Amino acid sequence: MRNWLSKRREYSRTVPETESGVGPMDSVFTKCEKCGEPIYEKDLRARFNVCPHCEFHYPLSASERIRLLTDSGSFEERDAGILADDLLGFENYRQRLQKARGRTGLDDAILSGTGAVGGKRVALAVLDFSFIGGSMGSVVGERVARTVELAGSEELPLVIVSASGGARMFEGVYLLMQMAKTSVALSRYVEGSWPYISVLTDPTFGGVTASFATAADVVLAEPGARIGFTGARVIEQTTKERLPEGFQTAEFQKEHGMVDRIVHRLSLKADLERLLGFLP
Amino acid sequence: MILDFERPIKDFEDRITELRRLAGPSEELRGEISRLEEALDAARRRIYSNLTPYQRVQVARHPERPNFRAYRDALADDFYELSGDRVFGDDPAVRGGLARIGDHNVVLLGHDKGTDVNSRVKGNFGMAHPEGYRKVKRFYELAARFGLPVVVLVDTPGAFAGRGAEERGQAWAISDDLMTLARIPVPVISVIIGEGCSGGALAMCATDYVGMLENSYLSVIAPEACASIIFRDPSRAAEAAEALKVTAADMKGRGIIDEIIPEPLGGAHNDPQVTIEAVGQGLNRVLNGLSETDPEKLRQARYERYRRIGAHATENGQVG
Repeated sequence: MRNWLSKRREYSRTVPETESGVGPMDSVFTKCEKCGEPIYEKDLRARFNVCPHCEFHYPLSASERIRLLTDSGSFEERDAGILADDLLGFENYRQRLQKARGRTGLDDAILSGTGAVGGKRVALAVLDFSFIGGSMGSVVGERVARTVELAGSEELPLVIVSASGGARMFEGVYLLMQMAKTSVALSRYVEGSWPYISVLTDPTFGGVTASFATAADVVLAEPGARIGFTGARVIEQTTKERLPEGFQTAEFQKEHGMVDRIVHRLSLKADLERLLGFLP
Repeated sequence: MILDFERPIKDFEDRITELRRLAGPSEELRGEISRLEEALDAARRRIYSNLTPYQRVQVARHPERPNFRAYRDALADDFYELSGDRVFGDDPAVRGGLARIGDHNVVLLGHDKGTDVNSRVKGNFGMAHPEGYRKVKRFYELAARFGLPVVVLVDTPGAFAGRGAEERGQAWAISDDLMTLARIPVPVISVIIGEGCSGGALAMCATDYVGMLENSYLSVIAPEACASIIFRDPSRAAEAAEALKVTAADMKGRGIIDEIIPEPLGGAHNDPQVTIEAVGQGLNRVLNGLSETDPEKLRQARYERYRRIGAHATENGQVG
């Protein structure tokens, strides 16, 4: 799993970062880590980081995810400016936060607010794997809880897209309690009659899967996304058992009854529109 | 089992035993023995009043520490065990059922670490599979249906990390417990009697009252695992335990738990009976206090309690 992640990081560094979104780097091509075929970065970006040859789904930033899912110009961010506090004084946590903020331009591993999906207004929270592995700490917990409460008070459907390595250990017990926080918020929301749709993307693990990401009315997942409680590498280390091919993929989880549908990223918006069309 | 830092205590104990044997019925060595007994007491006091966080973790894991079974047998006048998740199987890593504690009929449950090699292995050392967490959910719902308070004794190194656990939806089962805990309109009280590790502990301790025994710990991850992930060096577990702030005193100071239940000198394993009595008294007091509370008020208070906890600040510096 470590190899896999480091490859992703290399890849994300090669994505051009220009204000217009079109820059000199767009003529650059890269090689798909999965199928080995050359891809123009421009093509990859136009397809929201899905390989045009093998359809492999690369990580997608929260802001791109929001662009993918919401009607153009409809997203309004809420609860910006909530920042993590290093209450435990954990070695290097402050530096890690600063670095992640600088690199991603995000406050933390989440963007949240309201937006329209096919004309229907929803409350939306999206995790971003590039910010300390999308790990859940107090900010992710707080913003998820506020998004849930927003959905409840404004009577909106709730959509949460997860991408998270799991717990942000630097926050110790505060992180653990975010699982309780998001759960108490959701337990109220589901007493109402508005739907909660959770979208699991690669990877979704640990405290995120064991709290809000799985507690939904409908759980969708992207093809090939790895989803579980404990990562495969840790399981192999602790149990000395060789895990089967495809263990913990979205397809595996669907087969085991844990996920409703596997949805290709480029169909996700249409799928959500269709699903929301059936529900209040 | 003797923990490393308990060695000086054990040495005194061994010498006292040896001298007693040598002395037999004679009075000759009595002075020496009582001198050693004082030294033993002082060593115990010195060692146990300066435990590092990681030493407490070790005390919390002590195999002779009183476990779920000991509390159940001592505190419940009657215990009627119920089994199974009605989906897959019965997980012996968590046990529960109907119990009478003092004047209260309750649903009593907890992680069962077992008492000997066989029962420890059978109970998977208190690491539950999804069927265990689904059984827990059954207990929560049973309690809600009959208006019974729930008493949980937490003692787990974490939810089990394994192939079967993943295949059967470990994360889903834990999440479901948290969602159920949040909504049931009955008092839910928990005491962390040993280890309180990971979501596997939280699924059973996001409750209206949380007590912690003095040498128990609560953590998002085992210090050893944290050390190997964050410091890339499992031998730095003691540092990780320090950094994660896992002790009962840390939790009380941060407003995460309600109460620290003191342990006898030398840790719970040194005097299980006294420890169990202290926990029993705490449980009775809390049960008496909460059993008359309006169910809606309980749910509201639980919501506010867990909605509040976090380490974040808004830009104007206000801690949320």
